[in-house]
Amino acid sequence: MNILIEQGRVIDPKNAVDRENTSIFIVDGKIAGLGAAPAGFVAEQTLDARGCVVCPGLIDLGARLNSIEAELAAAVAGGVTTVVVPPDADPPLDEPELADRLVHRGEEIGKARVLPLGALTLGLKGERLSELAGLRKAGCIGFSQAKVPVVDTEALLRAMEYAATFDFPVFLHPQDYWLSRNGIAHGGEMASRLGLAGIPVAAETIAIATIVQLVRDTGCRVHLTRLSSAAGVHLVEQAMNEGLPISFDVGIHHLLLTENDIGFFNPHARFCPPLRTQHDRDGLSQAVVRGLAAICSDHTPVAADDKLLPFGEAKPGATGLEVLLPLTLNWAESAGVSLSDALARITCAPAAILGLASGSLAIGAAADICIFDPEESWPLTVDAIRSRGKNSPWLGYMMNGRVKRTLVGGKVVF
Amino acid sequence: MSLTDSLPDAEAQCRQLAELIRPKLAKNPALVGIYSGGAWVAERLRCLLGLSEDIGLIDVSFYRDDFAEKGLHPQCKPTLIPFDVEGRHIILVDDVLYTGRTTRAAINELFDYGRPAAIELAVLADRGERELPVAPSYEAWTLQLDAGQRLALDRNDHGQLAWRLENA
Amino acid sequence: MHNPQLNSHGELTHLLSTEGLPQAILTQILDTAESFMEVSSREVKKVPLLRGKSVFNLFFENSTRTRTTFEIAAKRLSADVINLDINKSSASKGETLLDTIDNLCAMDANLFVVRHASSGAPYLIAEHLQRIGRGDIHVVNAGDGRHAHPTQGLLDMYTIRHYKKDFTQLRVAIVGDILHSRVARSDIHALTTLGVPEVRAIGPETLLPKHLDKLGVHVFHDMAAGLKDVDVVIMLRLQNERMNGALLPSAGEYFRHYGLTPQMLALAKPDAIVMHPGPMNRGVEIHSAVADGPQAVILSQVTFGIAVRMAVMSIVAGN
Repeated sequence: MNILIEQGRVIDPKNAVDRENTSIFIVDGKIAGLGAAPAGFVAEQTLDARGCVVCPGLIDLGARLNSIEAELAAAVAGGVTTVVVPPDADPPLDEPELADRLVHRGEEIGKARVLPLGALTLGLKGERLSELAGLRKAGCIGFSQAKVPVVDTEALLRAMEYAATFDFPVFLHPQDYWLSRNGIAHGGEMASRLGLAGIPVAAETIAIATIVQLVRDTGCRVHLTRLSSAAGVHLVEQAMNEGLPISFDVGIHHLLLTENDIGFFNPHARFCPPLRTQHDRDGLSQAVVRGLAAICSDHTPVAADDKLLPFGEAKPGATGLEVLLPLTLNWAESAGVSLSDALARITCAPAAILGLASGSLAIGAAADICIFDPEESWPLTVDAIRSRGKNSPWLGYMMNGRVKRTLVGGKVVF
Repeated sequence: MSLTDSLPDAEAQCRQLAELIRPKLAKNPALVGIYSGGAWVAERLRCLLGLSEDIGLIDVSFYRDDFAEKGLHPQCKPTLIPFDVEGRHIILVDDVLYTGRTTRAAINELFDYGRPAAIELAVLADRGERELPVAPSYEAWTLQLDAGQRLALDRNDHGQLAWRLENA
Repeated sequence: MHNPQLNSHGELTHLLSTEGLPQAILTQILDTAESFMEVSSREVKKVPLLRGKSVFNLFFENSTRTRTTFEIAAKRLSADVINLDINKSSASKGETLLDTIDNLCAMDANLFVVRHASSGAPYLIAEHLQRIGRGDIHVVNAGDGRHAHPTQGLLDMYTIRHYKKDFTQLRVAIVGDILHSRVARSDIHALTTLGVPEVRAIGPETLLPKHLDKLGVHVFHDMAAGLKDVDVVIMLRLQNERMNGALLPSAGEYFRHYGLTPQMLALAKPDAIVMHPGPMNRGVEIHSAVADGPQAVILSQVTFGIAVRMAVMSIVAGN
């Protein structure tokens, strides 16, 4: 199908494109022209992008798809065209058949692209290795322990060695098991005042130091997920400067919120890793501003019954797919970052981490495209959220930036 | 009564009230004043009547009938009954008698201390418009006020009592 | 800023924490408690204030002592009291906290007294009641996790005011496991709000929360230094059941360094009072000679506690 996206502000951060009143021409699911129509092009479908930004579809490095249809619908409603899925579903994704099924189900639904992460260890127990090669063959783009720390450092070493054998990337959440197992909030002022068991920053930095050393020893490629502290960022930056194959991302909520947002025990402010101090938020923000890290949603749908509980009992996490874009724009404004740079953090930066060709609007690239109105505000209400997870600290707030159309492989899916 | 009419001398009225009570001293009455105005008047009466016994002081906050509408009064003081209520002849003293609800509350409260032989009511001013079947045994002043008016007793720094009329 | 304890007129409608309450309200509660002390000294220890009202004691965490004092207080206000030990009933069948609350609302409750093991549970309940249009039901926190035990904090303040009169001249020391103590947190907020110029926390590093200084507290690890010239000593129980980890080597070592012995008490002012929220662990945090000695006012605290709880329930129920 030939699609014409007319007269939008085309932003392609990877190729340093930011042009007003520009059209995009799609042929056979690929981008065939930018600005000028390719020879003989006749549009079969025209999308009016006037007043809108046209950018690569968003790539989310972490989104849980509990009820896959609703969540993939939510993804494309949020302009997200590729979703990386952590392996902590029930059952954990530790068998090739499960990965196969997930990938096929995603293709059947035909909305956002599904890239599963396989469980690094069986059952995520941190003891025995999963069949990494088999999982890779079934479609896993990397391996992860989701948010479950590997307690046995020797087991982690062996797993990273094995992954390095095949040059498989490993996604690890840096959180020391012992220092975090009883905690429910950042071990700071709020936790002291509110009587909440604290998780110190050391839980993150100790885990990072361990992982970095193991990277040195194994050469395994590691992507650190959802950093939460300035000290953590500092350690990772040092490792990156050393030339180690390490990358990291930050959850969008950690760029905007702090421990203060717990307020009067608001369970929507319970996250894993916890929201930390203003200083930590600033450190994370600076890292993203400087292009050291990508942004992801860490989409975690939680049922109302599991959220409306006393703080320590509430399941951590917030809905993310539909707010990733407006919240990123929100962050960009307060961080003084250009629209193009902000979009880079959720398009080409995640693509680079994943080693994907997508995340750009180059000629010949798959037409994964997001068209959004950067000026349109909309209220985040329970009804407005397509995901099964209505859990958000932003409920009732106005979101700035609304997705109008989303295309995956040249097909309009939203 | 208008605001410009001059108000009677409250101290003189206390003396009047004391003379009304004097004939009944044979019953060995115990004086109980309702905070705050009633307490001041009761203290005045005690001196004027030459009684040696301490007066009782009642705060009706916990017995009022308007708790649901108004909540607990922000300033309640402790009730103090320094004598045994059982079998005593009690004179309840208040500054202004109006609907009678305060008196009802005070009577209920007194009964939680014991069974008095009798209770009489002494008030400095009776402004009528009763909402309950309460009547004073002794009063110094009867008057009519509009619904929007409020009669209050003040005590200055020298302990002198005086009336004040205001719009509620 | 929105204060979940106050209604739109700034009146107390729930008691969730001593933190965030204006001094005027703390004082109002203490003054009202004085009147209730008088009621408790009569033969007929009842006033009709809450007649016809139902007070539900929701204890998700067991405590016969606290529940009993609330029950006595409610009954002295002529309220009907219903006791619910939730751990024995629906919660263990998987009913959520808020479902339990909804059920109780349907039973014409007027006031919930709530004790829960999770910090913040009473806030969740108060917010939920507001959301479902039952803002007429009042919540009194009888202790939530490590966060607050406001009626204990208030009765501690009543005790201090009773014996020492003027808050603004005092040095108060709180000794023990403050990290896990909701009583300590409630005491600290109330003391600072009422203008106590020096609040001290004494204990080993492992039992003191970080950032105590941000709450206006001076931290001491040396008991002798911390007790010097204090007017009030509040001893906390060493709570075995709350500690899950290697926070202390032994009760013995704790007593040697942080136990209140007569020798230690002698470092405080000669007329210093000794308080304890109870129950006491004799020989662990407090020497029997001190617990039974003339400076201990621990039993008075219990008496004051009933009057304070009567005051709290009357005030919120009327707003």
